[in-house]
Amino acid sequence: MFVDDFLIRAALAGLGVVFAAAPLGCFVVWRRMAYFGDATAHASILGVALALAFDTSIFGGVLMMALTMALTVSTLSGRGYTMDTLLGVMAHSALAFGLVAVSFLQGVRIDLMAYLFGDILAVNLSDLIVIWSGAALILALLYWRWSPLLTATLNPELAQAAGLDPKREQLALTIALAIVVAVAIKVVGVLLIAAMLLIPAAAARPLAKTPEQMVLAAAGLGAFAVIGGLNTSLQLDTPTGPSIVCVATILFVISGVARQIIRGRN
Amino acid sequence: MPQMPWLNRAATASEAVRNDTDTPQRLVTLRNVTLKHNSTPALRNVDFHIDRGEIITVVGPNGSGKSTLLRAVVGALPPSTGFVQRNPKLRIGYVPQKLHIDPTLPLTVRRFLSLPHKVSDEQAQAALEQVNVTGLAQRQMVGLSGGQFQRVLLARALLSEPDLLILDEATQGLDQPGSAAFYRLVETLRRDLGCAILMVSHELHVVMAASDRVICLNGHICCEGAPAQVATAPEYRALFGSGTQGALALYRHDHDHSHEHSTSCPDDCEQSHEDNILRVKT
Repeated sequence: MFVDDFLIRAALAGLGVVFAAAPLGCFVVWRRMAYFGDATAHASILGVALALAFDTSIFGGVLMMALTMALTVSTLSGRGYTMDTLLGVMAHSALAFGLVAVSFLQGVRIDLMAYLFGDILAVNLSDLIVIWSGAALILALLYWRWSPLLTATLNPELAQAAGLDPKREQLALTIALAIVVAVAIKVVGVLLIAAMLLIPAAAARPLAKTPEQMVLAAAGLGAFAVIGGLNTSLQLDTPTGPSIVCVATILFVISGVARQIIRGRN
Repeated sequence: MPQMPWLNRAATASEAVRNDTDTPQRLVTLRNVTLKHNSTPALRNVDFHIDRGEIITVVGPNGSGKSTLLRAVVGALPPSTGFVQRNPKLRIGYVPQKLHIDPTLPLTVRRFLSLPHKVSDEQAQAALEQVNVTGLAQRQMVGLSGGQFQRVLLARALLSEPDLLILDEATQGLDQPGSAAFYRLVETLRRDLGCAILMVSHELHVVMAASDRVICLNGHICCEGAPAQVATAPEYRALFGSGTQGALALYRHDHDHSHEHSTSCPDDCEQSHEDNILRVKT
């Protein structure tokens, strides 16, 4: 079967992640939640450690930890500390606690690098199933809440007057973010998940006139970055996850420069 | 009991049913509402109602609880004591004070009009025509001028076919001719659509001439009543009258007579009137 080829599996895994990350990444950009994605991702190292310690599935541990982090941050915001301070404290302390916790696990030999930077070439069939189920779940959730979420993103009071509850929409987004972190950890790793959310969406901005166009463009650019990154890593023998992020960043620079040139002409 | 939102909602429903038979025209009623922000009351003992088709202007200095009142009407803030009744079928069109759209969010006028509820191209076109900004549909929201932006916000509010249109200092950032034109438009729309209008202004001396009632708020309702006639004196008309083609008028606060709240009206309320009202001698 074609999924026997590790490259095909890697490409499918990467595509699953970027398709889920495209709409979510747009919300991260629009709502200025970049640090939020970071904090959630960093916390997942602690999830990895706990999952190994209690011998449960890594995916489950990461999902639990990412959800806990995301919910804690949304609950604590606006209570004495500003959001960026709170996120800075929690993101890095969760990462530090995670790394310390992992060091206690002497019985298990863990390739920590695989969780920090991902190991997309080692994706197996069950990983693929987890990634695509997660992606389908996220896309379904966002498709369902799309209009209310967009309205609440634009202006909470506008949403309120239309009978919507901005806090509930925020919760849906938070949960989706935790899921994407949990499925993406294998592909790009903890340190680069936020990059996969942010960079394709940011690169898509100059190409779009409506929110929906921006999501589609983000998905397209993300897919290009995955395929391009895989190729690059194969040709140049570079680490795959970082290569994908590098290609995405090059796309971001190109679209930004293109916009400046078009603006200059008008 | 009012702290329990579910009981509150139950009361709202049953009251509204009773209201439907008693006074079918009543859209929103606030009864003895006190609203606290961390233990300091932003609104005290407010009795207030909106009937179908009314134009009500709420004026008050900054921090007088105007926005809190609006949010209580919309249902965003549950009252600490007292209760809020809304007609169960009430549709609210909301024009916010200032809508900041993040430049990272691409949004055409056409797309904005379909938030959160999808509207057809014909409906969108008709709404833009109503507010006199045709041809903007494919423009980006962030590229609009202040006046165009407020009109598009108004068009979006109209698309929900509201019974109650809420304008929260909707002309902030517009110059005087601009805001006068905006309010003339609102007046025309009200005549055509028959919806009630609740608007808020922090400019104490400027209210819509067409207001049925003006409510002066400063933590509580200081006074309310019909706006005074536009001054007939030519110098005042030159200042506020003909310059705005009658869209804006002076609200005459007459504190010589005693009114219901005069004993409870604190000095700062009187003070704020004196500071901000140009007294009109007719």
